[in-house]
Amino acid sequence: MKNPFENLDRILEHRARLQIMSVLVTNEAYDFNSLKEILQTTDGNLATHMKALEKEKYVSVNKSFVDRKPNTRYKATEKGKTSFKKHLDALETILKQRK
Amino acid sequence: MKPIEQYEQDLSSIRTIMERSVKFISLSGLSGILAGIYALIGSAAAYALIQYPLSITSYRQESVQPPSVIIKLIGIALVVLAASLLTGFWLSYRKANVHGTRVWNETSKRLVINLSIPLLTGGIFILILLSNGHYGVVAPACLIFYGLALINASANLYEEVRYLGYSEIVLGLICAALQGYGLLFWAIGFGVLHIFYGALMYHKYDR
Repeated sequence: MKNPFENLDRILEHRARLQIMSVLVTNEAYDFNSLKEILQTTDGNLATHMKALEKEKYVSVNKSFVDRKPNTRYKATEKGKTSFKKHLDALETILKQRK
Repeated sequence: MKPIEQYEQDLSSIRTIMERSVKFISLSGLSGILAGIYALIGSAAAYALIQYPLSITSYRQESVQPPSVIIKLIGIALVVLAASLLTGFWLSYRKANVHGTRVWNETSKRLVINLSIPLLTGGIFILILLSNGHYGVVAPACLIFYGLALINASANLYEEVRYLGYSEIVLGLICAALQGYGLLFWAIGFGVLHIFYGALMYHKYDR
């Protein structure tokens, strides 16, 4: 049998990134500040993870201004959604095999 | 590769985050109880205005009211609505502060949109009915559209809200079949049901 660990997504092995993707697959879109609030993290930390996810094309970004304040909204791309699902499936297989 | 326990923790951490990213948890059950009390006070005022000295359960024959009475009724309804909304905002703001979150975030925005679509549709529909003199359908239409709005928004709220929505719709349909008892059903739907479900939610989540 194939090693299920090979199916894990290298990017999503970071817990914070997995959490970000989980919010973006359950919601159509989410803004930076609300994400920060839910993950209870800092601006810098979240920005770093978002950059990484953006670079992998797991998320798409939409920057705009609301009341002259910058408003950044993120969406999960199809690639991001598929990778998230694959990663969860791999996790499931790993945890099942252990039992 | 990480130890297996880490992967288990990954999974359990996203479960709560996914739920919290959808649900607006700052809404307090207390808002429901207070909104219900305001609605009962408003209903009592309306009863004194249009039905007294007839008993609450008696059928009202006279359905066309002079314009001055209609304006007073609309006034009572607006005061009840404003008091309920203000209480809701204030209590949510307080609860959000306790949780260390903001009131105006992604979930509350979506909640407002999901509530507004059926409510605005219903509101305009009722105004059109009123302007054509169909007073009898106002109470059932209020209950039915409010119920639809709650069900539409229930994904962003605790699950009790969906049952409140079903109850309002059933009540609205019964009310539509028994025209002339509009005020009584209105008082049950907006008063008693709000107090009941508000107390249920308060008991379950706020204590």
